[in-house]
Amino acid sequence: MGSITLEKVSKSFGTTSVIPEIDLEINDGEFVVFVGPSGCGKSTLLRMIAGLEDLSGGRIIIDGKDMSSEAPAKRGLSMVFQSYALYPHMTVYGNIAFPLKMDGQEKSAIDKKVKDAAHILNLTNYLDRRPGQLSGGQRQRVAIGRAIVRQPKAFLFDEPLSNLDAALRGNMRLEISDLHHQLKTTMIYVTHDQVEAMTMADKIVVLNAGRIEQVGSPMELYRSPKNVFVAGFIGSPRMNLIEGAEAAKHNATTLGVRPEHIRISATEGAWTGKVGVTEHLGSDTFIHTQVDGIGQVTVRTDGDFDTKHGQPIFLTPDPARLHRFGADGQVI
Amino acid sequence: MATLQTRATARIMMSPAVILLFLWMIVPLVMTLYFSFLRYNLLMPGTEEYIGFLNYQYFLTDPAFFTALANTLILVGGTLLITVIGGILLALVLDQPFFGQGIVRLLVIAPFFVMPTVSALVWKNMLMHPVNGLFAWIARLFGFQPIDWFAQMPLFSIILIVAWQWLPFATLILLTALQSLDGEQKEAAEMDGAGAISRFIYLVLPHLSRAITVVILIQTIFLLSVFAEILVTTNGGPGIQTTNITYLIYMQALLQFDVGGASAGGIVAVVLANIVAFFLIRLIGKNLER
Amino acid sequence: MARATTTRSKVIFTVIGWTIGFLIFFPILWTFLTSFKSEGAAVATPPQFLFFDWTLENYREVQSRSDYFKHFTNSVVISVGSTLIGLALAIPAAWAMAFSPTKRTKDILMWMLSTKMMPAVGVLVPLYLIFRDWGLLDTRLGLVAVLTMINLPIIVWMLYTYFKEIPGEILEAARMDGASLMKEIVYVLTPMAVPGIASTMLLNIILAWNEAFWTLNLTAANAAPLTAFIASYSSPEGLFWAKLSAASTMAIAPILIMGWFSQKQLVRGLTFGAVK
Repeated sequence: MGSITLEKVSKSFGTTSVIPEIDLEINDGEFVVFVGPSGCGKSTLLRMIAGLEDLSGGRIIIDGKDMSSEAPAKRGLSMVFQSYALYPHMTVYGNIAFPLKMDGQEKSAIDKKVKDAAHILNLTNYLDRRPGQLSGGQRQRVAIGRAIVRQPKAFLFDEPLSNLDAALRGNMRLEISDLHHQLKTTMIYVTHDQVEAMTMADKIVVLNAGRIEQVGSPMELYRSPKNVFVAGFIGSPRMNLIEGAEAAKHNATTLGVRPEHIRISATEGAWTGKVGVTEHLGSDTFIHTQVDGIGQVTVRTDGDFDTKHGQPIFLTPDPARLHRFGADGQVI
Repeated sequence: MATLQTRATARIMMSPAVILLFLWMIVPLVMTLYFSFLRYNLLMPGTEEYIGFLNYQYFLTDPAFFTALANTLILVGGTLLITVIGGILLALVLDQPFFGQGIVRLLVIAPFFVMPTVSALVWKNMLMHPVNGLFAWIARLFGFQPIDWFAQMPLFSIILIVAWQWLPFATLILLTALQSLDGEQKEAAEMDGAGAISRFIYLVLPHLSRAITVVILIQTIFLLSVFAEILVTTNGGPGIQTTNITYLIYMQALLQFDVGGASAGGIVAVVLANIVAFFLIRLIGKNLER
Repeated sequence: MARATTTRSKVIFTVIGWTIGFLIFFPILWTFLTSFKSEGAAVATPPQFLFFDWTLENYREVQSRSDYFKHFTNSVVISVGSTLIGLALAIPAAWAMAFSPTKRTKDILMWMLSTKMMPAVGVLVPLYLIFRDWGLLDTRLGLVAVLTMINLPIIVWMLYTYFKEIPGEILEAARMDGASLMKEIVYVLTPMAVPGIASTMLLNIILAWNEAFWTLNLTAANAAPLTAFIASYSSPEGLFWAKLSAASTMAIAPILIMGWFSQKQLVRGLTFGAVK
């Protein structure tokens, strides 16, 4: 079991408030991702749940019990750190066995659990090595192994993939998602990368300046962002956010339209403009255009679309998929 | 990483070291301060009485104090001059690639590990002895009259010994600093057409300035209280020609048993050392902020 | 710098380097050689460099006449004892300062350093009197206490700079893994800090071994370590250079070897991290 409730949780360092007040409900077995730009307080929030950071106010309830001032070890949570934080003087076996040893479990029980974990994570052949002799991905798996042997109520991940290269990151994303399906344990995952959030989460919590901007499933956030911040943060390439006369035509301060919801044509359309830089990804093509009276608009189209720099172009946004935001940044 | 709990334990873990050091510093210092206002001689027990600043007056107006102060400054200044300049030259040589560099490095730092009493005695007897010493033999070899080091130039002799002990320290620190100089910077300067000497003046020396300051300050702290070298070679003499402040206070305390006078001298020494310490602490403190 | 140095400059610097190295090392070498001479050969003019009758007689004499090993033991007890006690006090303190720094941590470190800068003579009188009244004069216990306090700031500082380099996340991971404070220190921090602790220990043994103000002023016959023992050779009645050399060689050899091993860490320790 692993349900976690945050009640009016706040954090301030001295007089500066980092997290004003947050309420959040995390259900048992959920994969929750905290996402936001750096400095938004997502890591602090995670560390507060872990018990590595004091609360300035509010309560953290884990499985119905108030754990706000319990020591980290007593909360029954495991954490995977950004730097992996492996013990460099212990072997892989020693690293994974460490929490069990601290728990005072029997040698034979420890041995079995460590080997099971190593099997799940493909580390069986590396048990005698030290962290220094492993690749980044292997280290990451050791860190996860150390977390899973304790059978925690929930896993906490603090930007675990940010030290890996792009290809490996993709693999590890799959592995972690896979692990979640196997273990069905609550996971809280912190990242600044919206792709990780979209691909892994059951529930995304978008944070900005210590405040929760929106909570919802990936597709909810994608389809109906509540405000300009979420609209701009979720989705890649970014949603085009248009202000001024064109927005006013739709009775909005800001008009949002995703690059994939704009039809592009060489001959006709609602907006006219010129082609700027074109990025060919193979499967997709991103065309950055300069639209008359609007400014920069990015369009996503299929891979075979061909344009030249400076060529005149016509764009038509899908009227059903326009997002309208008021002066306060909230959706209308 | 800071929760209330860890902060509380941190305070507990720190307290033994902090409390002991605090007592170590404050108790003797307060006692010294207290004694410095008393007439207090161990040879005349029972005559202790408050005499105000009289001890300070005696100590500070004693001609021996000025001689000792001058000797201290000459000793510190002379040693610094030799070790800093010698240290820079040595560091520059040791920074060049040559055969057996590692071994030479070991030879050069060796004197630092020799205890002061040993180096003083070895230099005084086996090297500087006017009849049987090695220096005397070399002098005669070239037809000169051997120098009676400790009779003719006692203070300089002590400077020489102390400089030999501290030259490795200066060299090692300057060498470490020199090796941290970015190779690309040197190459860039070379591309810009700077010759070896201008590279040294405009690039190397500024880079070393911080290390030089550290060497000067730390050595000054230690050199202000040179003691063993004087005790085993000259006993402060001839006369008081090699008596520094430390030795003067030692004589007053443990040879004349004048507790009051020695205490006043001790406070004066503390004040002098604090002037140096002030600058050193600021330098290291600045470093901490990085 | 990736550049081939010319052989000529390398040869020139080899000659310069070795000459300087030899000159600086010479007094030690000379002491070592003299320790194997007879007293007559030791004072001979012209000096005898290598061709003399090598003898171990001086080493035997020094031990049998003056109880060299008592002083050697004193030196070991005092330097190792004060270093170990210092470490026991300093490891927790440095741990706290490195991993739970507060606004005052820097001030405390600086203050510790400042106590090291107090000249010894400033507190000679009261300390001498306290020692006399408590019966600590000429005892190993007294010297261990004094040297512990003298070197404590250096030990704390060195450990602090080493601990600072251990990532805090690892200790947090241990905390998450259920390690208590003691276990965190025993199983995680200490093994990772072993190299730093070892070099701190080495440097402090060296410093304590060579300390020559308190050891000379607070001891007489019983607790006198080698510094004070050697000083007794300064008495003007008779020159025993060969014996002095033998005693000196034995006094400096162990520390010189330790010093050579720890030379890399030395700079950092001696400059309180100001030069790395």
